[in-house]
Amino acid sequence: MSPLVAGLVQVGVLVAALAAAYRPLGDHMARVFEAKSHSKLEKAVYRFARIDPDGEQKWSTYAYGVLGFSFVGIVFLYVIQRLQSLLPFDFGRGNVPSGMAFNTAISFVTNTNWQSYVPEAVMGHAVQMIGLTVQNFVSAAVGLAVAVALIRGFVRHQTDRLGNFWVDLVRGTFRILLPLSFVFAIVLIALGVTMSLKSGVDVDGQAIVNAPVASQEAIKELGTNGGGVLNANSAHPFENPNEWTNLLEIFLLLVIPVALTRTFGQLVKQNKQGYVLLGVMATIWTAMLAVIWGAEASGLRPWEGKELRFGIAGSAIFANATTGTSTGAVNSLHDSYTGLGGGGALLNMLFGEMTPGGVGTGIYSILVMAIIAMFLAGLMVGRTPEYLGKKLGRKEVTAAAVSILAMPTVLLIGAGITAILPSTQGALNNPGSHGLSEILYAYASASNNNGSAFGGITVTSDWFQSSLGLCMLFGRFIPIVAVLALAGSLAAQKKVPVTAGTLPTTGPLFASLLTGAIVLVAALTFVPALALGPIAEALQ
Amino acid sequence: MDNFLKQSWAGLRILLALTVLLGVLYPLAVWGVSRLPGLHANAEAVDTTLVAVTREGDRYFVPRPSAATLPASGGSNKGELNSDYTKVIDERRTAVAQREGVAESQVPQDAVTASASGLDPNISPEYAALQVPRVARASGLSVEKVRELVAASTGGTFTTTVNVTALNRAIDAATR
Repeated sequence: MSPLVAGLVQVGVLVAALAAAYRPLGDHMARVFEAKSHSKLEKAVYRFARIDPDGEQKWSTYAYGVLGFSFVGIVFLYVIQRLQSLLPFDFGRGNVPSGMAFNTAISFVTNTNWQSYVPEAVMGHAVQMIGLTVQNFVSAAVGLAVAVALIRGFVRHQTDRLGNFWVDLVRGTFRILLPLSFVFAIVLIALGVTMSLKSGVDVDGQAIVNAPVASQEAIKELGTNGGGVLNANSAHPFENPNEWTNLLEIFLLLVIPVALTRTFGQLVKQNKQGYVLLGVMATIWTAMLAVIWGAEASGLRPWEGKELRFGIAGSAIFANATTGTSTGAVNSLHDSYTGLGGGGALLNMLFGEMTPGGVGTGIYSILVMAIIAMFLAGLMVGRTPEYLGKKLGRKEVTAAAVSILAMPTVLLIGAGITAILPSTQGALNNPGSHGLSEILYAYASASNNNGSAFGGITVTSDWFQSSLGLCMLFGRFIPIVAVLALAGSLAAQKKVPVTAGTLPTTGPLFASLLTGAIVLVAALTFVPALALGPIAEALQ
Repeated sequence: MDNFLKQSWAGLRILLALTVLLGVLYPLAVWGVSRLPGLHANAEAVDTTLVAVTREGDRYFVPRPSAATLPASGGSNKGELNSDYTKVIDERRTAVAQREGVAESQVPQDAVTASASGLDPNISPEYAALQVPRVARASGLSVEKVRELVAASTGGTFTTTVNVTALNRAIDAATR
């Protein structure tokens, strides 16, 4: 098979698998969040936590739930890293240093999974399991919960109730993420992924670190987390041993964000509303795949930082999927990509992670962008904009704008300060414009909760650990609070009837408006920075 | 603030419950299933050919260059316009050409570039073919026999590659 045909076949297999899962999974997720009854296990958890699962919350209480839960998650994860030497399976790797533990705790709770540590040397199995794996589940479930709350804002009217955060969190975990992870962890082992409680294995006289990989690998992809169990992440043969595990992992990291457009359509009782969002996501995703794949296939030394078994196409599809979702797992080193290929991965994040974005975060981000697009359309024709039967007034548009602007603000401030710090020069792995790309990529990754890296940059200094930590924090929680406030004000409204003057949001006109808004917002914000980094490199 | 603290306490209790279920029971359940025959060898990487190991001696096939500093897996993270790194690649090309007794233009890309994991067990069929004469000479096996062993270690659905770890073990077995 020629590399081109082989790549197209892989894309075909992937699309077919996603299409097959789309309706059943999307419909299942809709039912999960609409169900009235609780399972025995769920009831036991609610009793233990002393929570009334049938009491619904206002948007502010829902938001306090998200913030409170994430806050204790960060503290807990920080503490167990600092006390690692007291835990079993630490293999003498010792306590994690404070700056690194701070950064890592925020990183995993915010679903970023940026890794400033080398797992093989720093993390024992206990922290990987009771800390990182747990946050892989619950940070994804938080994203799901916020997405569902926003959708309820559109569906409900004249109410101040958005649902119960704890119930949404627990259901997303028990009824969606956990069963899928368990099944696919076993499938991954059957295909060759490792699952060991030992510290390593001897291969022809060379000690190679092993870990309980499969259980974490499954949720790492499904939850669009992306934190590698081992340093090379999904390039490591124990995490991703062959072409089939590679395709499966790409499928897993795309399947929930893609199927959520169906869930959205089901919940608003008009599937077409979801299809149009999926169409926009797929259009941008496919265009970006062509850019990245094309650039890598014509690179000067395409195999640097790539694994032979995945091929150029298998690497490029993974890179496009991991940056288009907010996953950040890598099966090849983006730092060694061409100017255009690496720039494409960077641009995927700068779109704001909505093509198709992370678990939950993707759908709520694109809905916020849809509000911006409808607002712009409203300005053009001089009408109060509406979306899904809700008026988009001052409050709604302000909340949407805050949500959209948080990421570029923290990203550009962080990257700007870093670029002028004298100490930065020594942290870079490549000279010239590629060095600037390393900085931009790091702050784009943190602010968008992606987690992939131009990995040559050394980010263990206190400046990087703390500034990237804050970017992850603000990049996650400012949009979440704004989205929940938006949901609250939407739910409080009456439903406006559809009239002849209503712009339909299921057709190509709306799709073009939305695509234009996504591309324009990113372009207006980031072209100057991109011109000095990847664009300059691509033109050399 | 009161509401935040109240929610944080509820959050802590939920987190503890979920830590037991997702952080202890879930991975142990997966580990338990992985003890089944048929899965156990994969789980523990028994006799694994997934990672490359450099073997000393001309009788073995050489895997791709590695930028990993074990125990940490990883690659060089060098960009393609990094001129210092271009020199490193040029040096590697010269060394491979000398070792195999061929012109530098015959050295394939995968022979001079570092993989992402630093553990890539595979080389291209071109790089394997380049090494066959030297391996045959040093191991005392015939060129035909070595080619046969290479073919037995060649595979892949979308990309055809040669597994060096399996191949070198086959050389061991053939020369024992």
